[in-house]
Amino acid sequence: MTREGEGPRLTPSAPCAKALPKPHRVTNLSEPLSFQRMILTLHDYWSTRGCLILQPYDMRMGAGTFHPATTLRALGPESWNAAFVQPCRRPTDGRYGENPNRLQHYYQYQVILKPSPPDLQELYLGSLAAIGIDFTKHDIRFVEDDWESPTLGAWGLGWEVWCDGMEVTQFTYFQQMGGYDCKPVAGELTYGLERLAMYIQNKDSVYDLAFNDEGVTYGDVFLENEREMSKWNFEIADTDALFDLFRKAAAECERSLEAKLPIPAYEQAIEASHIFNLLNARGVISVAERQAYIGRVRDLAKGACTAWMEKNGWAA
Amino acid sequence: MGSVTDFLLELRSEEIPARMQEKAREDLARLFAAELDKAGLKAAEVVSYATPRRLALILKGLPEQTAAVSEETKGPRAGAPPQALEGFLRKTCLTADQLVERDGVLFAVVDKPGRATAEVLAAAIPAVIRAFPWPKSMRWGADSLSTESLRWVRPLQGIVALFGSDVVPCEIAGVVSGAATVGHRFHHPGTITIGSADDYVEKLRACHVIVDGTERRGIIALGATMAARKAGLTLVEDEGLLFENAGLTEWPMPLLGRFDEAFLAVPPEVIQLTARVNQKYFVCRDAAGKLANAFVCVANIDAVDGGEKIVAGNQKVLAARLSDARFFYETDLKVPLADQAGKLEKIVFHEKLGTVADKVERVAKLAEWLAAEKIVPNCDPALARRAAELAKADLVTGMVGEFPELQGLMGGYYAAAQGEDPAVAAAIRDHYKPVGQGDDVPTDPVTVAVALADKLDTIAGFFMKNLKPTGSKDPFALRRAALGILALTLGNNLRGEVVGWLAQARQLLKEQGIDDERSEPEPAETLRAELVQQADRVFMRDVRDFMADRLKVQQREAGVRHDLIDAVFALGGEDDLVRLLARVKALQAFVGTEDGANLLAGYKRAANILKKEEWEAGAVNPAPEPAEAALAAALDAAEPKATAAIEAEQFEDAMAALAILRAPIDAFFDQVTVNDADPAKRAARLGLLARMRDAVHKVADFAKIEG
Repeated sequence: MTREGEGPRLTPSAPCAKALPKPHRVTNLSEPLSFQRMILTLHDYWSTRGCLILQPYDMRMGAGTFHPATTLRALGPESWNAAFVQPCRRPTDGRYGENPNRLQHYYQYQVILKPSPPDLQELYLGSLAAIGIDFTKHDIRFVEDDWESPTLGAWGLGWEVWCDGMEVTQFTYFQQMGGYDCKPVAGELTYGLERLAMYIQNKDSVYDLAFNDEGVTYGDVFLENEREMSKWNFEIADTDALFDLFRKAAAECERSLEAKLPIPAYEQAIEASHIFNLLNARGVISVAERQAYIGRVRDLAKGACTAWMEKNGWAA
Repeated sequence: MGSVTDFLLELRSEEIPARMQEKAREDLARLFAAELDKAGLKAAEVVSYATPRRLALILKGLPEQTAAVSEETKGPRAGAPPQALEGFLRKTCLTADQLVERDGVLFAVVDKPGRATAEVLAAAIPAVIRAFPWPKSMRWGADSLSTESLRWVRPLQGIVALFGSDVVPCEIAGVVSGAATVGHRFHHPGTITIGSADDYVEKLRACHVIVDGTERRGIIALGATMAARKAGLTLVEDEGLLFENAGLTEWPMPLLGRFDEAFLAVPPEVIQLTARVNQKYFVCRDAAGKLANAFVCVANIDAVDGGEKIVAGNQKVLAARLSDARFFYETDLKVPLADQAGKLEKIVFHEKLGTVADKVERVAKLAEWLAAEKIVPNCDPALARRAAELAKADLVTGMVGEFPELQGLMGGYYAAAQGEDPAVAAAIRDHYKPVGQGDDVPTDPVTVAVALADKLDTIAGFFMKNLKPTGSKDPFALRRAALGILALTLGNNLRGEVVGWLAQARQLLKEQGIDDERSEPEPAETLRAELVQQADRVFMRDVRDFMADRLKVQQREAGVRHDLIDAVFALGGEDDLVRLLARVKALQAFVGTEDGANLLAGYKRAANILKKEEWEAGAVNPAPEPAEAALAAALDAAEPKATAAIEAEQFEDAMAALAILRAPIDAFFDQVTVNDADPAKRAARLGLLARMRDAVHKVADFAKIEG
């Protein structure tokens, strides 16, 4: 079990121990991990294994893979090991806070290791043990799941990792990113934090999760957010403005590419991708148009990847 | 005979997809056998295994050495010019005294000693690994800096290669062969050392790995059956799930779990599909044969708590899945199918054939027409129309969005719940049928009308746009649609001309402004009428050929000869499939008899003569020979009988009528000279043969019959 979260443990002297009020900062480590303690534990685990602990990217995106620390860093020959939490937005998954399992905003814990180490599976299993999963009582399986992101021009082979039948992690060996072969291949782990926490804490609703160890729930933090954002995503968002934003992001991406600035260009590709997801949630993109929009985003992301490769002097 | 030894190879990797394991096991055995064959080696017995984490091969009874061979190369004649001899010596690296002379020709004979089998194996292992035909493979690790690095299904972790008890040394992509492997990922993560092929299976078993997939499947089948029985239930057997679960486990432990009975309000197919596709669970039935609120999952460990936590976890996952499914079901139920159908305007069926809503409109009109014209008998045209209008509406429901394979079925449920006529609900449910040879063929008239109309519209549309199947490519599944039409027609005895139904379907497409694909630009006004006629002819010809072709394929399975189908089609004008097939079947029975075979021979002889000769029609021989007169009499008797029988569609009777021609035609050829010197006699006899040929043609074009 981890040291993280234990904090500066108060050790009252023996005689007056019972007289003192229970210091509320001390957490009982035999209890399942709270949401935040689980994140801290993973940070600690991956930090001690050589990962940079990064912070979330400050843009709206559909998955942790969009974080430049994954997408751009998966390209090129240099070694790169990083771990971070990334908030993810999936407008169509919004359920107005009424579904215990679905959210339009949730967190992924993302680990990227390049080149993929030979003991990646063991490292990963070690992280599950660290957050309290007991392999003598739980059934962990690696079930084929090939990953593909049409908007990033990326694909990889790997598994979804099941714990007692529940998918808790996406485990991928990137083969291509932005249309380029990964040389070398990076291993990517994407943990669904809310799912894992519901599992560890044995909760049926995401909103009942203990966010910390002092009684604050996930619902206290995010329920109203889910209600309002679902309404905005599905009903309120100004579609004309969104179409306009999409065009502007695409144009800005291209201007940045002309200026040989792959990072700003990539940011605009992320922006365009999210605006497309919002338009999709508003139901204003027809089936026929859908492919065209995905293709447009892919071209932007690929353009940014190409510029990044060129800027670094890497050959395809 | 030298001593023989067993060889063991284990290729250990990260988890191999379940669906690939069986083929990989076979490929390993096949590729290895091929490599050994090149060295002249053959094992007495070959066994291969696959688990999620390893492929293994055991070759029993390999000799320790390959056989010594003597290779002979033919050289020049003895006494040939010195240049020729020198050239040969240079090529073979021999001296003249080493050559052997036989029958005046020089031979170079090189004796190659046997090689150590271990050497052959050491070379074969990397060769097989590099050539392995995985459906999808990947690169990994530091070596993947180069795209030339080894590709394997997932990272390759270890190689055990033992010939007898000796390691066969080899290295590939940094993995060095040895005798060590690992046991079960959680039960026995440490290394184990294998002694030889003999103890491989048992050593792994002791470390919680059952290497034999057949054995794992047996354990799952038995364990799942017993778990269900213990709960008073019956397991719904599922071969696919058995293989999949055996491919996900090295130590399978079937466990029974439950779900809330309230979920049984969701259609059983939905529950079964959710359990099967998403979770790989088996489902169970109760004593009454109804789906029970239980499932069997297969864990990969023998948990210390007996699986209590595993079952609890799986129950929770399934409950979440089922509550999602129930949400879709309940949401869908609230929207009338007719409203859903309106949304089909947004789904493109094919860029050249409009939206799904356009297709629905055509299919509705066509189904109504098939009913009104009594092509589908006892079918209320209004119900056929209604069913067709709603048939595709479930494509936009949440449930079918989640599980596309439930199309039709969900529409049927929603229609029934929303108070549609039961015949309409059944037609919505089953109108995709039959989806392949062997699938149930609908018989309910409303279903038949919609199912037929849907497929006719598809074939007519794609043929108009010249998007026909070619070779192995059939992107719009037109062959399957054609087989569906044939099965619906023949299975329900639908009378009428299929080509005419397709023409009607084309007419409805045209009414929507969808026209034949034209390679030419807009034709001149004066030519237009002619071109339209030509397009009609081309369409009719193409769809007739296509349907005839499909009929042959379909009937081949039933043992009907394709040449007989051709023989009946060749008569022309026979587009009523039921009648056509009855005729073909009678014909097949007939040509199988001695009378039939002989008549066919007689017909062919007559046809051959007639092909070469010319004669004046209508000639009469005033003094016919007896055999000639007998044939004429037989024809007089047979012709009206055959004609009447054909009109009454009594094809066996028609054949029987023709059978009486057999003896007279045989006698005619035996006793009568056709090419008589007298032109009148000759013409009369040829005329008689032509009559015989034409009589036979009433039944079929015998020239198309093989043999």
